Amino acid sequence: MLPTPDYKLEKEGDVYSPAEDTFLLLDAIEQEMKFLRSTVNPKIVVEVGSGSGVVTTFIQQLLADIPFISLATDLNFYATRCTKRTAEINKVSETVDVVQCDLVSAITKRLQGNVDLLVFNPPYVPTEELAQNQSELCFAGGETGRCVLDRLMPHIPNLLSSQGVFYVIALKQNNVPEMLKKYANFLTGSIVLERWCGIEYLYVLKFQRIL
Amino acid sequence: MGNSNLKEFVDFNHKKKKSVEFNDVFVKRMVPKIDYPVLVQAAKSVGEGNDLPTELPPDWENNEEFLKNLHELLMSVEIIDGELECPESGRKFMIREGIPNMLANEDEVEES
Repeated sequence: MLPTPDYKLEKEGDVYSPAEDTFLLLDAIEQEMKFLRSTVNPKIVVEVGSGSGVVTTFIQQLLADIPFISLATDLNFYATRCTKRTAEINKVSETVDVVQCDLVSAITKRLQGNVDLLVFNPPYVPTEELAQNQSELCFAGGETGRCVLDRLMPHIPNLLSSQGVFYVIALKQNNVPEMLKKYANFLTGSIVLERWCGIEYLYVLKFQRIL
Repeated sequence: MGNSNLKEFVDFNHKKKKSVEFNDVFVKRMVPKIDYPVLVQAAKSVGEGNDLPTELPPDWENNEEFLKNLHELLMSVEIIDGELECPESGRKFMIREGIPNMLANEDEVEES
């Protein structure tokens, strides 16, 4: 098992600190390693909302023998800076690029059909209102808890390459069966990993294009 | 890879070059993913890639000198401070600390 990469958070900017949900995503990715190596064999990896940057760095370390580029996006400048620094600390920065943007807005056109591996730990907590500030952005998912993910999902079929795969974290209250069904015309969805993380029951979902 | 993924022209105040070991598997995997003419045009606007042809040479896969030059451009040049300019709209996006800010507008922070 690979350890969580070293990281150093910013003192300011409310960057999300790696927690149980992050570790669940790392475990799922590690569990998928064989599939990622043999079937996906990524050239381009994208992480949305990369925060501390541990997931992007972890993927670089896990698949170190495969030459590929990682792109990490975050809305928060301090998070993008933190992602960049985590890559530097772990000596994978040559193949990690960071862009400050909303979800995938900077890459949707250019990387159409080119993303082999996409990962997202979204703000998934159901909240009465959408995030009002930077720290709420890390968790506030609106009424269903899926409001941010629902804005990303329509881009997924266009972004993924033919062998591409998307992993995302979901909370039980997000209604996982509905999530798996909702995009069934374009994507096949399945559960990779699920467990209690403190008071939350979390899932890692996997989506692939229907070809 | 600097900002070579972005379809923009680059202006710069500060760029960094580091030495990176040539990896021909890496560069061969990346060529099909690159919009080569745009990359070279953007590179030339920051004084790089002058030894690269404007179009992808037909023998690129076996042209080691070309692959080495391209690899160096992709891996060792980084714009630290500057701006990206969209050739179509003329809109400018700031790069600071090596991170391009591609937010469409400041409101996006509140919206999502």
